[in-house]
Amino acid sequence: MGFSIGVSGPGMGPRNAMETFAEGGDTRGQVYNPRVVSRMLVYLRPYLNLMALAFLAMLVESSLTLLAPYLLKVTVDTYITQGDQAGLIRISMWTASTFLGLYLATRTEQYLLSMVGQRMLANIRRDLFRHLQNLSLGYHDTHIVGVTVSRVMNDVATINDLLSSGIITLIGDMLVLVGIIVVMLFMNLKLALLAFTVLPLMLLVTVWFSRRARVAFRETRTSVAKVVGGLAEDIAGVRVIQAFGQENTTQENFSAVNQVNRNANINAMSLSFIFLPAIEFMGILATAIVLYFGGRAVSSGEVTLGVLVAFLSYVTRFFQPVQELSRMFTTLQSAMAGGEQVVKLLDTVPEVLDQPEAIDLPQVKGGIRFENVSFRYRPELPDVLRNVSLEIKPGQTVALVGPTGAGKTSIGNLIARFYDASSGAVLIDGLDVRSVKQRQLHRQIGLVPQDSFLFSGTIADNIRFGRPEATDDEVETAAKLANAHEFIIAKPDGYRTRIQEGASNLSVGQRQLVCIARAILTDPRILILDEATSNVDSLTESLIQDALRKLLEGRTAVVIAHRLSTIRSADLICVVDNGQIVEQGRHEELLAQGGVYAALYQRQFA
Amino acid sequence: MCSFSKFCGKKLIAMNPTEETQSQHSSQTTIIMRCFSYLRPHWKFVAGVYSSMLLIDLIAMVNPQLIRWTIDQGIAKGDNSLLAMAVGALLVLVTIKGVLTYFEGIWTETASQSVAFDLRNALQRKITELSFSFHDKAEAGDLLSRAIQDVERIRFLTGRAIFRIIESVVLMTLTAGMMIWMNPRLGLLAMVSMPLLIFRSITFGRVYRPLSLQIQKQLSVLTTRVEQNLRGMRVVKTFAQEESEIQRFNVQNQQWYDLSAQSARMQANNMPLLNLIANVSSVIILLYGGTLVINQQLTLGELVAFTTYVAQIVTPVRYLGMVLPMITVAGVAGERIFEILDTAPLVRDEPGAPDLTLEGGEVAFEKVSFAYGKQAGVLKDISFVAQPNQVIALLGTTGSGKTSVVNLIPRFYDPTAGRITIDGTDIRAVSLNSLRGQIGMVLQETTLFAASIRENISFGKPDATQAEIESAARDAQAHEFIMQMPDGYDTKVGERGRTLSGGQKQRLAIARALLTDPRILILDDATSSVDSETEHLIQVALERVMRGRTTFVIAHRLSTVHAADLILVLDKGRIVARGRHEELLKSSPLYGSIYQQQLKK
Ligand SMILES: Nc1ncnc2c1ncn2[C@@H]1O[C@H](COP(=O)(O)OP(=O)(O)O)[C@@H](O)[C@H]1O
Ligand SMILES: Nc1ncnc2c1ncn2[C@@H]1O[C@H](COP(=O)(O)OP(=O)(O)O)[C@@H](O)[C@H]1O
Repeated sequence: MGFSIGVSGPGMGPRNAMETFAEGGDTRGQVYNPRVVSRMLVYLRPYLNLMALAFLAMLVESSLTLLAPYLLKVTVDTYITQGDQAGLIRISMWTASTFLGLYLATRTEQYLLSMVGQRMLANIRRDLFRHLQNLSLGYHDTHIVGVTVSRVMNDVATINDLLSSGIITLIGDMLVLVGIIVVMLFMNLKLALLAFTVLPLMLLVTVWFSRRARVAFRETRTSVAKVVGGLAEDIAGVRVIQAFGQENTTQENFSAVNQVNRNANINAMSLSFIFLPAIEFMGILATAIVLYFGGRAVSSGEVTLGVLVAFLSYVTRFFQPVQELSRMFTTLQSAMAGGEQVVKLLDTVPEVLDQPEAIDLPQVKGGIRFENVSFRYRPELPDVLRNVSLEIKPGQTVALVGPTGAGKTSIGNLIARFYDASSGAVLIDGLDVRSVKQRQLHRQIGLVPQDSFLFSGTIADNIRFGRPEATDDEVETAAKLANAHEFIIAKPDGYRTRIQEGASNLSVGQRQLVCIARAILTDPRILILDEATSNVDSLTESLIQDALRKLLEGRTAVVIAHRLSTIRSADLICVVDNGQIVEQGRHEELLAQGGVYAALYQRQFA
Repeated sequence: MCSFSKFCGKKLIAMNPTEETQSQHSSQTTIIMRCFSYLRPHWKFVAGVYSSMLLIDLIAMVNPQLIRWTIDQGIAKGDNSLLAMAVGALLVLVTIKGVLTYFEGIWTETASQSVAFDLRNALQRKITELSFSFHDKAEAGDLLSRAIQDVERIRFLTGRAIFRIIESVVLMTLTAGMMIWMNPRLGLLAMVSMPLLIFRSITFGRVYRPLSLQIQKQLSVLTTRVEQNLRGMRVVKTFAQEESEIQRFNVQNQQWYDLSAQSARMQANNMPLLNLIANVSSVIILLYGGTLVINQQLTLGELVAFTTYVAQIVTPVRYLGMVLPMITVAGVAGERIFEILDTAPLVRDEPGAPDLTLEGGEVAFEKVSFAYGKQAGVLKDISFVAQPNQVIALLGTTGSGKTSVVNLIPRFYDPTAGRITIDGTDIRAVSLNSLRGQIGMVLQETTLFAASIRENISFGKPDATQAEIESAARDAQAHEFIMQMPDGYDTKVGERGRTLSGGQKQRLAIARALLTDPRILILDDATSSVDSETEHLIQVALERVMRGRTTFVIAHRLSTVHAADLILVLDKGRIVARGRHEELLKSSPLYGSIYQQQLKK
């Protein structure tokens, strides 16, 4: 049963999002989805010859499986009852070699299947990961990290069951079934038909079971996802939980979810425990029928004892694949569900795409122009920017100020083309950002985002992130410019200090300094600082500013900040309010205007 | 991150090396026994399971005898009524067996699911109780995989696995006894393959286990890879590092494949080989038994029964081969679980600690020093008194220890020296719950839950009325923007509040703290992303609601702090200046330069 690895850091898998997950994991109705299968078969194509070989091995395996009881019949009828000692030895040798052949065939088949299966898993994961890199931030905004991780890890794993072993086992079991039916019919028509009278009954039971099982197993999937989600949320929010003394409430909540999961599991298993004995009972019923009627036939001389013994053995073997198949049924279902999710993810089209004719972006000078730009994050949400026009000349430092939620960050996001404007155009050096290759654009822009995310690893690794080949000296220079050097060397391991989960071993301001160093190291043509120093004290901040001023000589900078001391000296100050630029100009001009900016200024220095 | 990966692979969290970890390395057996001790409360189910199992096994013993009897007495002698009776008996036995199997299955499941339930509850409880220093180091993904996958392994161990093992042993003993009773020589011959099968299973387990552990580890490396990449997606895109991320992933992915392929090769050989051994031994029985039948030393019925027994005895051996390696895996899982359960929170209640009763709300630090773990000291000799009703502002360079100071008040950490008192009582002498219940805190990093805005605000007081929630939101200047959202207070905020702007998140966090009506309010850089106008409005509202309470404020904008009753200027973990704004302007050069810097260039 696929419990999902909700492996993820803070903030993964919260409650309502888990409900979405649950919907996503829904398998409603579909046991077989041709689109999923055909998409996945593409991954099989490179290994068709291996699969053919596996299929061959499977054929050998099936026929040898069928042969064994027949040999038993011959042994009993022809040799033991006839008292033929030499024949007995001969036939035993034959039987033994049959088993040896069976061993070799099974071994080959299983080996090939799992090799191909694992190879495919690795390939699907590779493609998924590549695809995720191309999806735009709009996708990542609305999808929970833990769920996406579980797509790449868990759902892909379930496909393996479907593709490699699933299909082959399915075909193999079917073949064995048909084979047994044929052999039994040939050996003795009457007995065979009698034995098959239990089949309709069995079919009925199987249908009943699979219908219930689908619902029950789906419930276990959803409920375990909620357990993972609940716990992940508790871990992510543990500091808040403790600060507000809500340990007991969360414990009760979790226990409730946990309880539901326990019951769902017991419930699902109880179905299996009705089903499996029921199938076994049918098997024995068939055995009993064969034994009774066969027994009478033996005593009346109609059939030989050997036939009866072989028949009994075939009946037993008949029910093995049947059980196997019904067990497969649930696996198949979850594989199909997993496959659907994976295909859905693979087919998600990035909202922000390179156009086919996208051109290489030359070294930019840094002019930025917004022409009547309107923007919303998702079609159903209200506009965040309305008709924004803005002209930034190469080399200028532009400050964006205004109330929170006004749309400042969104302007930065559009420059870097993390999202596309709903209308209007964003131009860099006169080129529409939609007409150039995204990655080349990103490479020339250094953005320090509001939330200072650091990867696990050392401080040096993090600073080097945008330019992995940078030397230690360069890293240190960048850190010095960002005023991070001093605190870094004060740490016991200096630049080799490991970043702990959630970067908890750095103060929030220190994290921001590391992020700034990371951006500086890539030597960007355009630098966007989105509240990059909001948690840094103003003395340190002014040191950084001085350093940046030298560094950014002739480069364009867009600065978002609330501390007016940060922005006073900008070449251009834009006041953003409610999705529009309501005032722009230099500090003195705006003060003289006596508008919003002047009021903000008064507020801070009153 | 090539170089990052070496950390991802580590299996056990390097938990706080100091007091918190108490888990001494217990032996494998102790751990396994401890896992089973979780079955104790559910012993009734367990007893039911094993009684059913005994009965089922007895029926399994009788069945072949019945068939033998049918063949020898019924068929061979042509006695049809005997045949009918035997067949009837067979059906009755199988029905009983079916019913027993059902109960046995359900009870096994119930008992083991209950173990998983108990373990998960215990883990969640422990995790929410462990102090900040634990969570500073523990990785969320790692904790999750312990609570989900490792518990799942223990569930398997205490359920199906141990059941299979006991059943196998019982079945093997019974079958062996039966065979020897029927025909000692044939019986012993049938057993010849047993040692071979057992030996084979054990050696396989020995080689396979380390490999499977390695695969497990590599999978978690891969998972961490994907997770880190997704969480840092904005950074990856900003720096156009997609290609190198893909390269790094591919390296780990290939490593996983190599290991899995190795394991596939081993596994592809194992089961077929066990089957081969079993099958060949049944051929030998048939050969020898057939000879006996030819020489009239054995009836045909007996021979058929014998082959049935051989089939029966081989199955448990194969099960053992499968299950035994899993015990070791479960042992490792148990170790990982108990490591957490045995960790004692660094900060905990004294036994019988009384509740804190607040009078004024005077907070005093007396020569407090503090360090994180074994690192160098972060705070040195901090002493100050916050009078009731005062606003205390902390100011200082980044990393000077401001957050560390306020984190000590609700006892997120305990000081290494000195003491902190509230109204004269040492905070270590009162119960944690009562202490934190009096404190409202807005943490520097805003953590919102992906729930509705209403649920987020009422987090500390789940039974709050709409009017209370709205009034807190108004005071935090959040009401207006909330009402502009499509669903107002019922708007869901994305994971970690991702669909809100930074300042909006902070205002929700402030509303959340205000709603609990705290006597002591701590605002740790709570308005850093809020514009000054809104911040001013918040301050005005706070002045009103915080009357008669003590407030601590950390901020960088002087406009935020200059009205404080006491400003503490921190530098490198020490208080270097204190006083009101006017006093500090005169006395502290550091404060003066901050002021100058912010006022004009
Ligand atoms: N990823 C997102 N999805 C949906 N809405 C968003 C997203 N990010 C921001 N918003 C909304 O867009 C508006 C503008 O946000 P933002 O540009 O971050 O403001 P600012 O940076 O000026 O504080 C806010 O109302 C915010 O709630
Ligand atoms: N959980 C932690 N583990 C180890 N070191 C920490 C931890 N939290 C903070 N530090 C270190 O302690 C010092 C003080 O941090 P903090 O109190 O957050 O400073 P700030 O004055 O910026 O709020 C910093 O050097 C920081 O790196």
